[in-house]
Amino acid sequence: MPRPEPGAKLRVALFATCLVDIVRPSIGFAAAKLLEQAGCVVEVPAQTCCGQPAFNSGDRRTTQELALQMIEAFEGYDYVVVPSGSCGGMIAKHYPELFADDPGLSGRAEKLASKTFELVSFLTDILGVMKVEASHKGSCTYHDSCSGLRELGIKSQPRRLLGTVDGLDLVEMKDSEVCCGFGGTFAVKYGPISDQIVSEKCANIEASGAKTLLAGDLGCLLNMAGKLSRMGSEIEVRHVAEVLADMANEPAIGKAGEKTA
Amino acid sequence: MSSRPTSHTFKDNAAKAIQDGGVPRALKNVRQNFIDKRVKAVEALPEFEALRESAKEIKNHTLEHLDLYLERYEQKVKESGGHVHFAVDAAEARAIVLDICRKAGARTVTKGKSMITEEIGLNAHLEANGVVPVETDLGEYIIQLRGEAPSHIIAPAVHLTKDQIEADFRRVHTNLDPKRDLTEKTSLLTEARTMLREKFLVADVGITGANFLIAETGTSVIVTNEGNGDLTQLLPRVHVVVASIEKVVPTLEDTSQILRVLARSATGQEMSVYTTLSTGPRRATDVDGPEEYHVVLLDNGRSAMLGTEFQDMLRCIRCAACMNHCPVYHQIGGHAYGWIYPGPMGSVLTPSLIGVDKAGHLPNASTFCGRCESVCPMKIPLPKMMRHWREREFERNLNPAVARYGLGFWAFFAKKPWLYRLSTRLAAKSMKLLGRNKGSFQSLPGAGAWTQYRDFAVPEGETFQAKWKKRAAK
Ligand code: SF4
Repeated sequence: MPRPEPGAKLRVALFATCLVDIVRPSIGFAAAKLLEQAGCVVEVPAQTCCGQPAFNSGDRRTTQELALQMIEAFEGYDYVVVPSGSCGGMIAKHYPELFADDPGLSGRAEKLASKTFELVSFLTDILGVMKVEASHKGSCTYHDSCSGLRELGIKSQPRRLLGTVDGLDLVEMKDSEVCCGFGGTFAVKYGPISDQIVSEKCANIEASGAKTLLAGDLGCLLNMAGKLSRMGSEIEVRHVAEVLADMANEPAIGKAGEKTA
Repeated sequence: MSSRPTSHTFKDNAAKAIQDGGVPRALKNVRQNFIDKRVKAVEALPEFEALRESAKEIKNHTLEHLDLYLERYEQKVKESGGHVHFAVDAAEARAIVLDICRKAGARTVTKGKSMITEEIGLNAHLEANGVVPVETDLGEYIIQLRGEAPSHIIAPAVHLTKDQIEADFRRVHTNLDPKRDLTEKTSLLTEARTMLREKFLVADVGITGANFLIAETGTSVIVTNEGNGDLTQLLPRVHVVVASIEKVVPTLEDTSQILRVLARSATGQEMSVYTTLSTGPRRATDVDGPEEYHVVLLDNGRSAMLGTEFQDMLRCIRCAACMNHCPVYHQIGGHAYGWIYPGPMGSVLTPSLIGVDKAGHLPNASTFCGRCESVCPMKIPLPKMMRHWREREFERNLNPAVARYGLGFWAFFAKKPWLYRLSTRLAAKSMKLLGRNKGSFQSLPGAGAWTQYRDFAVPEGETFQAKWKKRAAK
């Protein structure tokens, strides 16, 4: 990936993901703020979904149609940034696979894949961001979402930036790398199994003693927040970008209330 | 011990295991141990990654030329005085083994641990024909006492707690001193051995599996930790190896390469305690060994995997690392998968061997967390292959109408950005209204499968794209 000249403003397309679009727009704004602070020009092309649900359900045709739609909407930018490891991984790792046998599209898929990044790792690994201007009271624990961790190698990057948040105390939970049991449609198709996995995850979150749970994927966050809420837990659940952007003033995921100052 | 699959009732099997609770509890006691030991062993060997890569290459190369290496293997076995029998399916393999037993006049056969004999349902067949099979591996011995199938490919009785095992011993070993301590594996092993010793002496045939079949020498290799395999193949007059075709590797050197990743991935040992090589029957100069040496080579659907998107699965060396690290396996145990092979490797292999119409749940019951692939010493892309099964099911219309419909409905909107924006705006707004001042829904029309177990966060109310447009307009 050739880096544009120093000083040149990068045109970054933000792919918010369909879950963020519908359920929690503040994550999109937090992502935009972090990118703008780092000197990027952020644009939000018309978007729907990366095709992951279809892909994981075995519907290759629909996946290809959605992927092509993404390629057309996003290929004109310097970079594509996604506040999700699984949707980022979908584009960066699986799009090329999808079109491997299509000479007309494989090049375009490869090209888009090579400039698509998950938000936090984009900040640290591509833009070289070392610290953020943010403060957050109290202890946080970070869950490593599977695709981000295993497909994109995201592990130290969020922890490094969280370490620069004023007042934030990062505590590790047991088995932070173990799946939360979400798995897209798995959570509804195999409810009892998913429930066992997320219950164990939540027990580990509770046992960490942290006041806030952070992660980089809204799907996993909705699953864990939903279970914690059902258990009557006080723990607040947020996307890591909200804290890094100093925008953790919306009520936490699944909590009632008003925006705080 | 039966090979009749119950994979089609996977959901019920899993629900039962969860409700009953015994299996996940038993697994919880041991699973961390597998994980920690593997990590330690891997960290102690800097070249582990390189070894994985070369192990993979060895198997890939072999699979590309499987016919050639099988031929060479057969020829070498014959040269060393042994017999090779090819079996297309389970029934043929059972018949061949029974025939060998009959010709040997066998009433009792001892057995080393072998998944392939589980796959073909050998024990039941022998019993039905008047031959008594005696399992000599401790785990297999325990589940034979209970009349169960293994729930794990290297630790067959891992679904049982120590108390359950002790109770089984006391039930069957009736002359046991009640004060005798049976809480440790070693004491169980000693106790089992007192029973097994005489069986080893009366057995006419010993049956083992094989971890490797070496083409250049016609040698079969087993790795064990108890030494029972050695006695099984040395003491009886006839030794029968039952192995599947993909166990073949070209050379002894290749075997030793793969051995270096096998035990580390399986139990975290550098090497298993016993690595035993057998080549042909006893020669005139040998002090011990069987008079007859047979190899039954089983296909049972494997050759049909060659050249397909499932070929990589044939690299599997049955180390069990994938199930040891699987969050789904941890919660439900091996029996829920409904056939011989559980966990991620089973979720790929079982549909190939018994049909995806019977085992379609298995490749679907995965979160695609990818932990299996990350620990697989043979770098088998397990999630990708489970996805291939889902694709085949989708193409053949095998998945439930609801899943198809739901997905089609969603895809219909997702393919039309303007319609998508409109409908998601409406959805986000109406959900916000419905949620009123609540933070989460405890129930939500149409989302019962989610809210049965967890709440759903009320959306913020406006979509990101709508809000962003407003911001840009300012
Ligand atoms: S699939 Fe890989 S990890 Fe699983 S048993 Fe086979 S070799 Fe081991």
